[in-house]
Amino acid sequence: MLILLGVAVVVAGFAAGFNPLLVVMASAFATGLAAGLSPVEVLSAFGKAFNENRYVSAAWLILPVIGMLERAGLQERARDLIRGLKGVTFGHLMVGYLLFRQLTSALGLTSIAGQTQTVRPLLAPMAEAAVESDGGELVDSDRQRVKAFAAATDNIGLFFGEDIFMAIGSILLMVGFLDQSGVRLEPLDLSRWAIPTAIAAFAIHGARILIFGRRLARRAGA
Amino acid sequence: MIKLGFVYILAGLVFAAYALLSARDQTNPRRWRNALFWGLLAASFLAGDHFGDLGNGVLVLVLAVTAGVGKLGQGTGGVALLADRQASALRFGNRLFLPALVIPAVVLFGTLVVKTWKLGEVPLLDPKQATLISLAAGALLAAGAAFALFRQPMITPLQEGRRLMDLVGWAALLPQMLAALGALFALAGVGKVVGDLVTTWIPMNTPFMAVAVYCIGMALFTLVMGNAFAAFPVITAGVALPFLIHRFGGDPAVICAMGMLSGFCGTLMTPLAANFNVVPTALLELKDRFAVIRAQTPTALPLLLINMVLMYVFAFRPHG
Repeated sequence: MLILLGVAVVVAGFAAGFNPLLVVMASAFATGLAAGLSPVEVLSAFGKAFNENRYVSAAWLILPVIGMLERAGLQERARDLIRGLKGVTFGHLMVGYLLFRQLTSALGLTSIAGQTQTVRPLLAPMAEAAVESDGGELVDSDRQRVKAFAAATDNIGLFFGEDIFMAIGSILLMVGFLDQSGVRLEPLDLSRWAIPTAIAAFAIHGARILIFGRRLARRAGA
Repeated sequence: MIKLGFVYILAGLVFAAYALLSARDQTNPRRWRNALFWGLLAASFLAGDHFGDLGNGVLVLVLAVTAGVGKLGQGTGGVALLADRQASALRFGNRLFLPALVIPAVVLFGTLVVKTWKLGEVPLLDPKQATLISLAAGALLAAGAAFALFRQPMITPLQEGRRLMDLVGWAALLPQMLAALGALFALAGVGKVVGDLVTTWIPMNTPFMAVAVYCIGMALFTLVMGNAFAAFPVITAGVALPFLIHRFGGDPAVICAMGMLSGFCGTLMTPLAANFNVVPTALLELKDRFAVIRAQTPTALPLLLINMVLMYVFAFRPHG
């Protein structure tokens, strides 16, 4: 039971707004010490795992080229493109992106879009422009919500598309785990059962996008 | 064989450049703190395999303290003016999208085609890491295309990369830190304790009750662990296998597939899924750190409910 102290540290630390890197270190020590490790053993175990997980941070290599394109005017061009297409609303753009992200992820193409390479330089500016092209200038709080919705749409499209692909990590994890537990399944058996939830995710999030878009348009028009 | 090591060296050199540029940036009031932070990360990427476990542990601790006891800073100089960016956007038009399309094209080509190439018996790309290697190659080729099209100075990608990296700040390291914390949780047996707690305290007399406990358990445990992959083996071994599959005879394919997706509903609601929920708020310069989670929760909760209904309907139909 004492081992759960580390979990409590994470929850309380995040809620209290301490720097998350320090919260993680504190939780690591709480968990390790509760499990009977010495402080040096905790630090070694954490250091080993940190080093083995460097690939998680290696994806930041994409930032320099995104920065280059932004300096050359990528965000502004993305906005102009949407303004030039009359009749493209926030709803069309975002539902279209949700569908694109779910379908490509379902084909295993999870890395062709994402928060760094698509949402910040392209989708978020396009979404703002789509709202502004039928209404007026967005107020700051709405602008923030539009950007947050763009980030959310990318995540939801990714999560509820990728499990339809047979060779994705989570499917392989399930096949391996079930095999150890004496249940033999093929990846396809699992991946086809991701389809009903994917459809439900599209319906729910798509409806929310349309409702939010209509509310934005009404407010901008008023 | 091209392995992840090449990507690590490249990333290490880029972070080292960020550290040097930070140290020289007079407009950043906390330039030495930033230089230390990115410098330590560069050292980890370039030489992490030579520090030993304790050495790496000390490095992480210093990194966390550097970012944690005071804030990292941001330079104010060198930002391209909006008017300049607009003029540039007009001048280059849709050509601006070309380098941005190089990245997904290279990732596709790398993971679908190059992954199958072999030199003799050895695959050209480390098959487990083909996506990340392709992403790094895509970034390099896109930068090459951008140089050719826009004739920017050679230092531009590093300066602009650092500007964006400073915007993200310590949040950039959070996903890797949480991955390491997950490993420590596994070592300490946190999962088993939680699994035992769930099954001891909640009665599971009917299939519907077991479905609800499994789906909500997956979502809640993912909320705490930040990762459905960590929750899946624990909650499935504790709830799904003994109750749903063995006692009530449910279809394991339906139960596991939808159980994992219930976990994904939890991922949408936790700051511990830093890559998806915290990093974007920094990238998009949002004031509220929980803005993305707030935008996702009204989708995640009804979806979790529908997922339970779907599991109940499909798992207990007659199956062969």
